[in-house]
Amino acid sequence: MKYICLIYDTEEGIENMTQADFEAEIGEYMAYGQIIEQAGVATGLGEALQPSATATVVRSRDGKTLTTDGPFAETKEQLGGFYILDCEDIDQAIKYAALIPGAKHGCVEIRPLMEIPG
Amino acid sequence: MSHSSATNSDITQVFQQSYGRVLANLISHLRDFELAEDMLQEAFVTALQKWPESGIPNSPAAWLTTVARNKAIDRLRRKSKWEDETEADTILEKRGVEMTPADEIPDERLKLIFTCCHPALNLDAQVGLTLNTLGGLTTAEVAKALLVPKTTMAQRLVRAKRKIKQAGIPYRVPATEELSGRLNGVLHVIYLIFNEGYSATSGENLIRADLCSEAIRLATVLTHLLDREPALDPDAEALGLLSLMLLHDARQASRVGTDGSLVLLEEQNRTLWDQDKIAAGTAILDQAMALRHSGPYQIQAAISALHAEAKTAADTDWQQIAMLYKGLMRSEPENGIIQLNHAVAVAMAEGPLAGLALLEPLAETLQDYYLFHAAKADLNRRAGWPEDALLAYQAAVELTQNEVELSFLEGRIAELTKASN
Repeated sequence: MKYICLIYDTEEGIENMTQADFEAEIGEYMAYGQIIEQAGVATGLGEALQPSATATVVRSRDGKTLTTDGPFAETKEQLGGFYILDCEDIDQAIKYAALIPGAKHGCVEIRPLMEIPG
Repeated sequence: MSHSSATNSDITQVFQQSYGRVLANLISHLRDFELAEDMLQEAFVTALQKWPESGIPNSPAAWLTTVARNKAIDRLRRKSKWEDETEADTILEKRGVEMTPADEIPDERLKLIFTCCHPALNLDAQVGLTLNTLGGLTTAEVAKALLVPKTTMAQRLVRAKRKIKQAGIPYRVPATEELSGRLNGVLHVIYLIFNEGYSATSGENLIRADLCSEAIRLATVLTHLLDREPALDPDAEALGLLSLMLLHDARQASRVGTDGSLVLLEEQNRTLWDQDKIAAGTAILDQAMALRHSGPYQIQAAISALHAEAKTAADTDWQQIAMLYKGLMRSEPENGIIQLNHAVAVAMAEGPLAGLALLEPLAETLQDYYLFHAAKADLNRRAGWPEDALLAYQAAVELTQNEVELSFLEGRIAELTKASN
């Protein structure tokens, strides 16, 4: 079963990081990539996002495109990245979501992907 | 027992007794809560048609399981009617449905308990689902027991069952490394069910005995099931919880007066205490403590046991009880309610002034908790300060919604007002 792990965190935390902290964080993510690879749950899908200040929101209404400055929701914690994991069940997904470095300061929302037949 | 003339009420009773076990077995094969429940209901209807003539079978659980499974197979076959016949067989094979009749059905309820109490479900849903699937209470009964509208409960249960399926909440006993954390969650749900019955948060009745018995039954089943799993150790806290609930439940008859009013522990008629439950609770506590793995449920059970042992309220070993509360405070230092109980125990051992001194620092954290004000009122009353007592009783009145508790507080206020006039 596939799950997307959405990593949420406050953005000041990341902005205020020192170069050394930032590099350490990157190192942790590299190590995490190996962990999920070895566990056989990695799908190769996973990215880090630019800060929410770079977001743009688009709506199509009556054939017109409405474009506004983002993000879609102004919340304290913003989506900062994601992984798609292929797990046996939610317990395995929880186990590997908890190991995502961002889970230590932010949080990870796990959502099962919809299986579309055919 | 295979003789005729089974009445509908016999059949309903047998059905309810086997419900949790049969459902657990069906879910383990079908991997689908809703399908399993629907098929079990249909099997029940068949039983109502057949059993009055044939008599109740020797193993009603196995009978219901076989009939429900066959109905599930038909349903799945019909669903894939337009497709290749072999596809239906593949689905059935994948889901592990067998055609062979089951004489002895394995008890799969432990897995079901862990599914229903999975932390990915919200706590209200865990409580409702546990009562619904393991307790065999209908949606209407669960709604009534938990005092929520039936439609709300129906929605809550449907959502939870869908989430189990769609989010892949597994149906199994957790691996050893996560077991103790998950087991704590299960114990918490059972304790919530008990508390909801023992100290109903609102409504006319102070105690809803059916919920208390159900929680005790669930904990009994749980401890038996844990006992039977060779890979698992007996759990001291599961036994501690069972003991605690039995000891509390033993006092049920004396906790409410003939007019439905609340009777405090020290004023209770101790001859009404159920000695069999006390003996059972104490024996289970001994069993738990022998495992040498102390925890909050065992400490609370030990406190309850000390109350049960005291022949009169004056004989209560408050010194010991205060010490046990201190032990509880160590495991949950942030819990204001434990600190409140500790203060009350100290007041009983050393006098109201000692207790009031300990209540003082709790005023802010517990300002919305009616029992804090009730306890403060009582200690002021004992210390001979009726004005302060009156103020605190009035604060307590503002904070409770339970009518029985309200009438108790109003009674105390009337007494104090009368004495001061």
